[in-house]
Amino acid sequence: MKIAIPVENKTLEANVSTVFGRANYFLIYDTEREESVFVDNLAQSSAGGAGIKAAQTVVDQKVNALLTPRLGENAADILEAAGIKIYQAINASARKNIDAFGDGKLSLLDEVHAGFHEHGDN
Amino acid sequence: MKIAVLSGKGGAGKTLVAVNLASVAKKSTYIDCDIEEPNGHLFFKPQAVREEEVAVLIPQVNHDLCDGCRRCIDFCRYNALAYIKERLIVLAELCHSCGGCNLVCPQNALAEIERPIGKIQTGISDPVTVKTGFLNIGEASGVPIIKQLLAGLETTADSLTIIDSPPGSACNVMESVKEADYCILVAEPTIFGVHNLNLVYELVKLFNKPFGVVINKCLETENPAEKFCVENNINILARIPFDRELGLLNSNAEIAVRKKEEYREKFSALLNTVAKEVRHEAAAYSQR
Repeated sequence: MKIAIPVENKTLEANVSTVFGRANYFLIYDTEREESVFVDNLAQSSAGGAGIKAAQTVVDQKVNALLTPRLGENAADILEAAGIKIYQAINASARKNIDAFGDGKLSLLDEVHAGFHEHGDN
Repeated sequence: MKIAVLSGKGGAGKTLVAVNLASVAKKSTYIDCDIEEPNGHLFFKPQAVREEEVAVLIPQVNHDLCDGCRRCIDFCRYNALAYIKERLIVLAELCHSCGGCNLVCPQNALAEIERPIGKIQTGISDPVTVKTGFLNIGEASGVPIIKQLLAGLETTADSLTIIDSPPGSACNVMESVKEADYCILVAEPTIFGVHNLNLVYELVKLFNKPFGVVINKCLETENPAEKFCVENNINILARIPFDRELGLLNSNAEIAVRKKEEYREKFSALLNTVAKEVRHEAAAYSQR
């Protein structure tokens, strides 16, 4: 299966990004072939709705699961609509997360934040 | 004459000033642009209220015509569109109603439909016409409501319109002051108050609006807001004392000038000062 992980750098040793929508890259990892591909996150410089554009990127990579420490509401809606399972990443490297996922140690993400797509009205 | 009343934070006294200024004029229109939490109507208790809906246009997808080219997705700056499982989806709350997706679609697969985001109530509290904007809970932007509130206003020299702006200095506030002839900045005499005053001070300078400051809740002690005004050469239009009676009237949603002659005189004086400033500005502008 294919999994996506938001990462800060283009290596397996890179830390999982603390944000999803504005992560630097997405690691797309094929668990059977043990192959990794790093995809630029074009949503990073978005004025708004970065989570949606980032989710679109992940969906287009046809992954089965996303490992992320947190996720906004809009992005979660899109990933769910695409049938992608969302798991809670641990605060460690991408490789450690892949291993933990393989060992069945990651749980499904149960908390989705409301997002930061306000307009600074106050 | 259109006068906007604004402040960098909530609770400084915008509505106190706006409601009482509108009430000392022979005839006026009070417009509550604080669409997230309008409270001017609680003071005026307007009668014969008419209601109109405010809606924005958002795209609607004809899935039979959409071939998934994604030009609309690439065009949308707000990422309000996504293509999931061979279906285009619209994230309505993120749409800014620019209509661009519709324009770039080569298949004519997009149409525009109305999405209600709030309402406007218009009523009378003699001699004040009271217009209030309400943004539906959960909506991100009230700008379209403010646009509709301020559209088609009378602009004669002797008609008075008081615009009660939202707090802060973001899009909502900018929209509410765009058409104003003059801005009244309401500030509290504290260091925090000065910080917030500075936000709206920067804003009115950016918009090149003539303006003056009303300092609310003044004590005999040190007054940082007054100091800020002096240092920046800002005209202080009035100082409202920290007055228990005024505070009590206001917290009971009473209009102070309708209850006590002393307050009527003070707010009349403020309105005269502002009217003079506006005439002065108009004259200065025509000489430029």
